[in-house]
Amino acid sequence: MPALNSGDTAWVLASAALVMLMTPGLAFFYGGMVRSKSVLNMLMMNFICLGVVTVLWALYGFSLSFAPDTGSGLIGGLDYVGLKDTVAQLAGFAVAANPDAGVAEVPWPGPDALPILAFVMFQLMFAVITVALISGAIADRTRFWAWTAFTAVWVTVVYFPVAHWVFSFDGFIKSDSGGGWIANADQLGALDFAGGTAVHINAGAAALALCLILGRRKGWPKERMRPHNIPFVLLGASLLWFGWYGFNAGSALAASDLAAVAFTNTTVATATAIIGWLLVEQFRDGKPTTLGAASGAVAGLVAVTPAAGYVGPLGAMAIGLIAGVICSLAVALKFRFGFDDSLDVVAIHLIGGIVGTLLIGFFGTTSVNALSVDGVFYGGDFGQLGKQAIAAGSVMLYSFVLTLIIGLLIKYTIKFRVTEEAEVDSIDEALHAESGYDFSTLGGSGGGTGGSIGAPSTTKVPATAGKEG
Amino acid sequence: MKLVTAIVKPFVLEDVKGALEQIGVLGMTVSEVQGYGRQKGHTEVYRGAEYSVDFVPKVRIEVIADDTLSDKVVDAIVEAARTGKIGDGKVWVSPVETLVRVRTGERGTDAI
Repeated sequence: MPALNSGDTAWVLASAALVMLMTPGLAFFYGGMVRSKSVLNMLMMNFICLGVVTVLWALYGFSLSFAPDTGSGLIGGLDYVGLKDTVAQLAGFAVAANPDAGVAEVPWPGPDALPILAFVMFQLMFAVITVALISGAIADRTRFWAWTAFTAVWVTVVYFPVAHWVFSFDGFIKSDSGGGWIANADQLGALDFAGGTAVHINAGAAALALCLILGRRKGWPKERMRPHNIPFVLLGASLLWFGWYGFNAGSALAASDLAAVAFTNTTVATATAIIGWLLVEQFRDGKPTTLGAASGAVAGLVAVTPAAGYVGPLGAMAIGLIAGVICSLAVALKFRFGFDDSLDVVAIHLIGGIVGTLLIGFFGTTSVNALSVDGVFYGGDFGQLGKQAIAAGSVMLYSFVLTLIIGLLIKYTIKFRVTEEAEVDSIDEALHAESGYDFSTLGGSGGGTGGSIGAPSTTKVPATAGKEG
Repeated sequence: MKLVTAIVKPFVLEDVKGALEQIGVLGMTVSEVQGYGRQKGHTEVYRGAEYSVDFVPKVRIEVIADDTLSDKVVDAIVEAARTGKIGDGKVWVSPVETLVRVRTGERGTDAI
């Protein structure tokens, strides 16, 4: 039996830990953007995903996503239910012989073999953050247990199949295993390096469906709901950026040149996206904002995700710049069409994911990765662009429709939305019996019972305060 | 001249401000306050330990109006702030003896 590759294994395990950090990072990115009376609820909607999705992943999620295909590229089988048969098992790709290049055949699992469990943990973190991303669209008004039920149903019927379509490659988990219909060249053969479709378009389309089902927050859009802690937002965006190296460079599944390419592309695309978003703000609003810089960084990270291992650094810079400009303009869509996507999940993840997925058809180049395809700007034709569009459209449509169905079921059975009173007073206090901050000026933060004066639970800070007359 | 003071729920502030602008009130002072009346506070729980929070956050609005306008101000505030539930607050009117605009030294109703 071939041995595992210890360098690759170390990188994938480290990447799994990096991607895990993205979910708390996202929680702070989102938490800073909501009002202070609902910051804990926002953090909790993200953190609970680490609980629920992890359990389901171990029970059956990994199996549905990555066990050998059941026949048509739509879903994996039940071979790994309860993570059985995963200990001391390897996964990897066989290497075909290529006498011209002097490459000898290496039988499965090949030179980059990993423990299956390293791959299980790495992919788990993708499933966790994909669900967590959706929560930003329905901030400030969602019942916690209804959201928790949603996460369990949504990963099961939407994420696990889509992860199989996009991330499950023929002959990876076992020498003769089949994979998903989007990823493999014998079916569609679209390129998605780290999840532009399965993660970002998927979450973005679900976010749009859910914010339509839950409806607008009370007072929106007449009352502008100001982010309560911009430093949190920048901190969260920075943690996301850091974790994203695991997400993108880790998706090489090897400590390789390709991982370094993806790392580089991730960095330069994020850099140009920050600049792109800020330039839009400067020209449109007259001032570059901190929130814009944080949002631009995330938009760039989203857009480069599918492309990270398939384009060169200059292509990645172009993708980041385009995403930074388009995503910042896309924020206006919610005001134009009147849907309360509270924290702009649609503008950043759906639009950003589509931009990145499609631009591979233009900027893809085989010079960085033999598995890439030359795009329109690198001597290729429009064939790959068509495949990218089919992949993006399929995931978007599937996620949107299934999320509508799940959302309506929850809305009309256990109710999705908190009472108006809880929404207005404080969702943190009503649902979690806590307050995020102790603003008390009348006494200490006190303990025990009776006499202690707690934080004001409602802080719609009056814009007029201090501006009398 | 009268000082109209209102203690209301924080989330009605925008509505009250709008209603006062409608009747021509040009300024107000707003402060965040805490207190209690018939409305109870709430209980928070940290690792199973209960912390009772007795004081409820409210907004205090202060408006100075001349005698002819003060009743309208009261009516506008009451109408905009009423939800029909316990905790809607109170409005009261008190006389003002002297009023000076600091910048110009104007006195009385000219300083409103």
